[in-house]
Amino acid sequence: MDLTTRIGPLTLKNPFIAASGCFGYGVEYADVVDLASLGALVVKGLFLAPREGHPPPRIVETPSGMLNAIGLQGVGVHRFVEEHLPVLRGRHAVTIVNICGSSVEEYAELARILSDAEGVAALELNISCPNIKAGGIQFGCSLVGTRDVVEAVRRATRLPIIPKLTPNVTDVASFARAAEEAGADAVSLVNTFLAMAIDVETRRPKLSNVMGGLSGPAIRPIAVRMVYECRQLVSIPIIGMGGIASAADAIEFMLAGANAVQVGTANFVDPFIWTRLVDGLRAYMARHDVARAADLVGAVDLGAGARR
Amino acid sequence: MRNLSIQPKVGHDTRAPSILLHAGTGGGHRTRPVYWPHMPLDVGAAVIATTRLSGDYNILTLDAPAIAAAAAPGQFVMIRTSAGSDPLLRRPFSIFEIVRDARGTPAAITILNKRVGVGTSRLACAREGDRFDVLGPLGRPFTPAAPPAEAWLVAGGVGLAPFATLAEALASLGTSTTLFYGARRAGELFRTEIFERLGVRLALATEDGSRGDRGLITVPLDRALAARGAAPVRLYACGPTPMMRAVAERAAAHGLACEVSLEQTMGCGLGGCYSCVVRVRGADGAPHYVRSCINGPVMDAASLVWEGLGH
Repeated sequence: MDLTTRIGPLTLKNPFIAASGCFGYGVEYADVVDLASLGALVVKGLFLAPREGHPPPRIVETPSGMLNAIGLQGVGVHRFVEEHLPVLRGRHAVTIVNICGSSVEEYAELARILSDAEGVAALELNISCPNIKAGGIQFGCSLVGTRDVVEAVRRATRLPIIPKLTPNVTDVASFARAAEEAGADAVSLVNTFLAMAIDVETRRPKLSNVMGGLSGPAIRPIAVRMVYECRQLVSIPIIGMGGIASAADAIEFMLAGANAVQVGTANFVDPFIWTRLVDGLRAYMARHDVARAADLVGAVDLGAGARR
Repeated sequence: MRNLSIQPKVGHDTRAPSILLHAGTGGGHRTRPVYWPHMPLDVGAAVIATTRLSGDYNILTLDAPAIAAAAAPGQFVMIRTSAGSDPLLRRPFSIFEIVRDARGTPAAITILNKRVGVGTSRLACAREGDRFDVLGPLGRPFTPAAPPAEAWLVAGGVGLAPFATLAEALASLGTSTTLFYGARRAGELFRTEIFERLGVRLALATEDGSRGDRGLITVPLDRALAARGAAPVRLYACGPTPMMRAVAERAAAHGLACEVSLEQTMGCGLGGCYSCVVRVRGADGAPHYVRSCINGPVMDAASLVWEGLGH
């Protein structure tokens, strides 16, 4: 049974990737799970400089989901390279670094620094964080901005680059195509949905940042639809995510067109989810006589009467 | 928290699941831990007993011997209160007691539950035989004071929760210990006999004066501070933020070491989500957000920035 999946030049041992912002810098989980057993892990979004992030409360639960407005608290790229990357390397983790800039130049500079560091498998371009004022989503909400960031990073590095797309646009597939045309090796989607929750007793927003990003099972059907739409328009690999909490959820994304998947919020609930996901995928493949996980990608059966 | 120093009561638990690290090791040795000297375990724990203390409070006894064996005083567990996705996230609870069998082997843990929301209501209504996923032990534990120092434990309401295990550790060190315990009324001062059995002196206060001093717990605490002898005192506080802050201010004024156990909204309990942050002053004197799940829940009161701290 072949669980491997290819993301551009990368071959992952299985399609399960820990999502950025939900797995710290990976090192937090080094004593909890075998990092090398994951397809890959994506570390928390990094700017050049350290960032404090937003004041608490930073998360709030909503029906089958949660809002977060962490505000990209982070140690900055230099401390990551010096302190955390060697640990990840020592554990043989396939490390994808999520980078975020307030300018196109900052993305390119981050890409250059990380290209020189040993143990970085790929870069995920955060052009979709809904929680910060400057940087990130300002690029991800404009086709020109998306193209500019991807092209600048493409010129700065030979590492595989994976723009992470926001669902907070009218037509996410057009952004996937813009990324593909600009030289992206793959796209990942979706980041969180911009959302808000209010305490009716106090009339105060439940997050200090007022708005935050919605994740968890609540968003899964919308994310599946968006992956499906992107699959119709691009030929580069797609990494799907949004509320995946079981192997069946992951397979749903793969059938919609995802070559690999990321798991975020579910890791908070069950940090040992990874073996369950691999076992579940194997069981499904055995039951359905599928030899290669890659054969599931885009294999949704629309039937004769489907309109699309 | 790379210098995390956890001194567990027992050696490494051999019942740990087989998800131990093997990457980068030679000769079968475990890789040096990054954060956790003991890998946290996720146990599908049956409810052995549930004891109702009042309309809002109950004690749940959970069949989690591996967690009980590995736990250090002041550590916590994350409990999943629903098998589905509502509520989605686990809830943090201090390990209240380590229950031992006739031979003294850790057999179970208890938690002190206060009904405040959906998740704690489920635990309030739990019945014997119900199962909950319990992840732990987690977090940085207390540093128990050793003689000749005395230990003064200051608890407010459900803030009693981390102190039973601490009192046990202090008793085994032979440390003279006092529990200052405050609540709204006498009916909400729970399980004081646990502490009396360990030889802990009690100083109680209730807001309505129904037991102990009338008023806040700072009433007997201030009296004790004024009368204290030459022995150094180490303070420990857990309860509402204003109470912990009041204790921390007195510790600073009297030049006493003070540890507080914080409870912030937590997403994961493992350092993955960055939601449970509190501000501490670093070496540069400037405040920085740190995660209370892995840099805490027990923190040095002197380093904490109290302004803006929730709860």
